[in-house]
Amino acid sequence: MSTSELAPDSGDYEPLVAPAHKVYPKKVDGEFRRIKWGIQLFTLAIYYLLPFVRWHRGPNEPTQAVLLDLPHRRFYFFFIEIWPQEVYYITGLLIIAALTLFLMNAVAGRIWCGYMCPQTVWTDLFLMTERWIEGDARDRIRKDAGPWTWRKIREKLTKHFIWLLIAWWTGGAWVLYFADAPTLVHSLATFAPGSGEAYIWIGILTFTTYVFAGVMREGVCLHMCPWPRIQAALTDEYALNVTYRYDRGEPRQSLKQAAALRAKGLPAGDCVDCGQCVAVCPTGVDIRMGASLGCIQCGLCIDACDAIMEKIDRPPRLIGYDTEMNIKRRACGQPAVYKPIRVRTVFYAVLIIGIGGFMIFTLATRGNLHLNVLHDRNPLTVRLSDGDVRNAYTIRLSNMKPETRRFALEVTGAAGAQVEVVGAPRDAEGRIVIDVGADQTREARVLLTARGAPADKTPAPVEFTAREIGSGESVTARDAFLWP
Amino acid sequence: MSIDQQVNKVRIDPLSGVPTTGHEWDGIEELNTPLPRWWVWTFAATVVWSIAYCIVYPAWPLLHGATEGLLGWHSRTAVVQDIAALQETRAPILEKIKNAPIDTIEKNPELLLAARTVGRVAFLNNCAACHGAGAQGAKGYPNLNDDDWLWGGKLSDIRTTIEHGVRWDADKDTRSGTMPAFGRDGLLTPQQVSEVADWVRTMADLPDALAPEPAGEKLYNDNCAVCHGADGKGNQSVGAPNLFDAIWLYGSDKGAIVNRIMQGGGGVMPAWKGRLDDTTIKALTVYAHSLGGGQ
Repeated sequence: MSTSELAPDSGDYEPLVAPAHKVYPKKVDGEFRRIKWGIQLFTLAIYYLLPFVRWHRGPNEPTQAVLLDLPHRRFYFFFIEIWPQEVYYITGLLIIAALTLFLMNAVAGRIWCGYMCPQTVWTDLFLMTERWIEGDARDRIRKDAGPWTWRKIREKLTKHFIWLLIAWWTGGAWVLYFADAPTLVHSLATFAPGSGEAYIWIGILTFTTYVFAGVMREGVCLHMCPWPRIQAALTDEYALNVTYRYDRGEPRQSLKQAAALRAKGLPAGDCVDCGQCVAVCPTGVDIRMGASLGCIQCGLCIDACDAIMEKIDRPPRLIGYDTEMNIKRRACGQPAVYKPIRVRTVFYAVLIIGIGGFMIFTLATRGNLHLNVLHDRNPLTVRLSDGDVRNAYTIRLSNMKPETRRFALEVTGAAGAQVEVVGAPRDAEGRIVIDVGADQTREARVLLTARGAPADKTPAPVEFTAREIGSGESVTARDAFLWP
Repeated sequence: MSIDQQVNKVRIDPLSGVPTTGHEWDGIEELNTPLPRWWVWTFAATVVWSIAYCIVYPAWPLLHGATEGLLGWHSRTAVVQDIAALQETRAPILEKIKNAPIDTIEKNPELLLAARTVGRVAFLNNCAACHGAGAQGAKGYPNLNDDDWLWGGKLSDIRTTIEHGVRWDADKDTRSGTMPAFGRDGLLTPQQVSEVADWVRTMADLPDALAPEPAGEKLYNDNCAVCHGADGKGNQSVGAPNLFDAIWLYGSDKGAIVNRIMQGGGGVMPAWKGRLDDTTIKALTVYAHSLGGGQ
């Protein structure tokens, strides 16, 4: 039995795709609206201000706390610096993000959609602007239906201009994550040459923000976003969702009729069919028809209904966060149960903690020195004029520290093979010294020459070790010495 | 305007409220559902776009050439601009390579990396056809990774070879020195050629060589030693290879050696000066030198 079976008859014909009708969400005040304002302010502040947060990393290093430095292929996040070959940390982050979404959903439904999704946050911001200029839903409906007056034109122009301004600022904040923010702001403001690419990206994001938050709004949630479909498959009967309590609300009737029924001691529903829950809904859903893909579970209908319940002197939360299980239980007269700790929530939490812990552990213990060895492929071996055999390797030393480091290269294996590095002669102590600049890599060509060729042509294992002069910190890589 | 409107007989489907096309098969009628508005507008926009495109970009083929377009854009000009932009980004490091004395490049990590990168690309484009992608060589084409050099393995030697080529008649400074066709021109009889070949193989200490024969030694000293030296070490000023080492350009089996003595001659390499600029040749020189055999 699903909630829709409990819902009142909604007609025989329900279109697969809802006909396009404009949604005019009405203004509402209340507990969930205040939570939404808070989260909106918080998330927008992070988005717009984070690029300006500074973080000192040492000389010749960027001072921006969060920076995606694409030209130099470095990703900075406060004290963490990620090199391109460590992109798996991003993968881990995405896995954690997905699992967090699942966990949120298992506990309290689509709180991501209702409160934190950028689509919701920016649509809310755009709606706020619209309400501020054109008035609340009733005024907007009247004006849109009415003739074009100067006032209407002026209001529409102002609204779209401010929308574009917000969209432009949104795109502007986006590009600040990819270059030093104060410098970029200055060069953008002074039209400095070389910022053309930034303007193009700002343009693209201005367009998408304006279209998604201003024009398409709930259309993105209803027709573009995959999450409602996935969410529907992941939810269960114990997940809290914004729910209309049929047991309390039905049958609907006017306040007078209900009072009359109650006076006779007969059951009467609390819902007075005022339609406020539908009027405030940003996606135009009627929550009383049960769970639906269109409901982003923002809780605004809870606020609207609570206000009405207060006026008619009935208890609040005719619409509230509730579970499918409790709807059924209430319908049978059983008490409500809440089970936030279930197999799936524990499973998601354990996975999140496990993966997060593993990432933190590897981040904390990762080396800041790497050595890669690539054996020449063509030719694999070289026979020299006196019958000796030479193998050539390209090594790459990565120094992830913000200071220049000096390494001595040692090669072991391939018994008695002579080691030579092109362009790096031995120092007075006979060491092959390789300097690697701060936060850089250095490539070197290593030649190993073995005397004669043995009867046994099995490749000999070779070990390359770069040992930092001074600290003694070392890194080792393995390869093989091949015979002709 | 549809046919139905012409005959003024539009039927509205009672279930969906959509007009039908009037086409009917066994009582089933086709709905004339209008295209979605966004689709129509997108289509209109693409039509406008294509017309504008034809005006601002070269579009229509004419008898001689094509329409030029308002922007004056040209694919060839675009390539030239791209190349110019590329050269501009490379200019600082190429300038450094150009100004640095050639023997200091390998000692400077930054210049070495740049020279090897530029050199490798130039090598793949120009040299790999004969010397192979890894400069591993082939029969008749020297392996540049080893330490055996026909014309010298110092930086200056390698540069001269690249600039002027080998036995490249169009360049007067080319590396020259041609081995006579001892067999073909009748300087030696086939029997003598065989004896010399056996002697060379003996001296090179090849595993299947025969015992030394005095006749072979005498023939060698009379005919070959003038270029290849009595000790067989060759002579780089005339490109005579070291015969008694482990590297054989044309193979070490007796047939290959006999064939070389019969036919004489030698490989040819084009002169690259003028075809490649000096900086590229310098980078190529460093690249070949750094492969491992450079002296």
